[in-house]
Amino acid sequence: MTATLSAREPIPIDRGRRDASAPPAISIEGVHKIYGPRGNHVLALSDISLEVQRGEFVCLVGASGCGKTTLLNLIAGLDKPAGGTLEVHGRRALLFQEAALFPWLTAAGNVELALRLAGVPRRERRAEALRLLSLVRLQGFADKQPHELSGGMRQRVALARAFAQKADILLMDEPFGSLDAMTRDLLHDELERLWTDGGFTVLFVTHDVREAVRLGDRVLVLTSRPGRVATEVSIDLPRPREVGDPVAAKLVAEITGRLRQEVRRHATD
Amino acid sequence: MQPTDDMQGDLELAGIDNLELPIASRQSLPWRIWRGTWPLLAAIGVVLAVWQILVLTGWKPHHVLPPPIEVGQRLVENLTDSSLLVAIGTTMRRIGVGFGLALVIGTLIGIAIVRWRVLRTAIASLITGLQTMPSIAWFPLAILLFGATEEAMMFVVILGAAPSVANGLIAGVDHVPRVLLRAGRVLGAKGVDAYRLVILPAALPSFIGGLKQAWAFAWRSLLAGELLVIIAQQPALGVRLQLSRELADARGLLATMIVILVIGILVDALMFGRLDKAVRRRWGLLEATE
Repeated sequence: MTATLSAREPIPIDRGRRDASAPPAISIEGVHKIYGPRGNHVLALSDISLEVQRGEFVCLVGASGCGKTTLLNLIAGLDKPAGGTLEVHGRRALLFQEAALFPWLTAAGNVELALRLAGVPRRERRAEALRLLSLVRLQGFADKQPHELSGGMRQRVALARAFAQKADILLMDEPFGSLDAMTRDLLHDELERLWTDGGFTVLFVTHDVREAVRLGDRVLVLTSRPGRVATEVSIDLPRPREVGDPVAAKLVAEITGRLRQEVRRHATD
Repeated sequence: MQPTDDMQGDLELAGIDNLELPIASRQSLPWRIWRGTWPLLAAIGVVLAVWQILVLTGWKPHHVLPPPIEVGQRLVENLTDSSLLVAIGTTMRRIGVGFGLALVIGTLIGIAIVRWRVLRTAIASLITGLQTMPSIAWFPLAILLFGATEEAMMFVVILGAAPSVANGLIAGVDHVPRVLLRAGRVLGAKGVDAYRLVILPAALPSFIGGLKQAWAFAWRSLLAGELLVIIAQQPALGVRLQLSRELADARGLLATMIVILVIGILVDALMFGRLDKAVRRRWGLLEATE
């Protein structure tokens, strides 16, 4: 499904970096994941297949219990699938709903730790950390402890920390879920700017359909228990997108309708 | 994005950053010192007043329960002639060595238990058992093993303090927030790096709690030891207590007791209290209590 362009002046997006000949950044084929003991197990993911191209921004939406987090953990390599094939080409970084910064380190210290684990020599770390922090517009806050920063700022430090891993695939697990609406809007702009400039791949999990339509090249709708891809929606709208845009609003309504249908299916579980 | 839009986004982001920063309220230094000390001074005043009233009631004769002022005079006398200072020196050297050894041994045991699961089931409950054992109950065995020597005292001080150090470390590692462990794994911290860079720093507040408790146990064990194990030519605080009792010298006894109490409190507050506060301030855990 493809939406027509809105009246706003289209922003040219460099589609060239999505090289069709290069292998996809993430390629999943018939992956299963089972939880719990034999005989009493829960099928968390069932025969799930998806591909994310290099440089693509893909959003995953689904109601509770669709295995979004399980899927991200598999792709991040924190967990192993029970069956199927899973290929990832590139360095992965995982961001959570909590920024998960180390409270004993400053903002710059958190980024420097990631640089250290990525093998960056000690004398280069500080300068590189400051550069990454200025990328997320936190240059003035390098020496603050995490508790001295707001939730949105912490999430940006986490983003800088992910860049420090030299990641070209960002796996984001509801990263803005606990932020207020205004901060979230600003961080959407911010993430989009970094993505446009940086040329990395994003797989973004959210339960907020508007957020998915605001950010994604494609939105994948997952079913719940077991999770599999129910629908795929391409969002061919120019960036930056306005959530008030009628075409975007129509897409949001459609995807939300699909999700509600999914939830109703479980009413008689 | 248009350049003007971009700049506006930049300003909005900077604006919201600044608005969301907590406002730090700094009070002046003398005020903060006063706020920290007056409750202590008041408490000391109350204790001295009760003591004085007790003396005035004539409940016990003067040579058994002297008034605070006489004990104070005796304390000043003992501090000016060198006898008390030498005793303090001996006791502090012993506690320094004993606590230092307990710190090293307790930390090594803690790390070993955290690292190897089998060890935990084998000896973790044993360690808790050791903690509940009164240290004075170890002395007869210690004296049999080592004779009336400093080794006997060190043995009991280490047995008293090392379990607390180990337990503080173990509890700290057990309670590292899962999200930080996950973040460490995602960043690629494995094996020794995971411990050195993520798990042990995250366990630090609980480890310091363990040190505080270990200090109390070590100090108690050592003083008990000095009462029981008297080494000739080695004046120590515990020895002075024993001698004062034998000579029925209540003033000297109380003066020494005050010294023991003050050292215990000062080390706890100035070393471990400060360390604890510094860490909690760094982590942002202090605002709720201040």
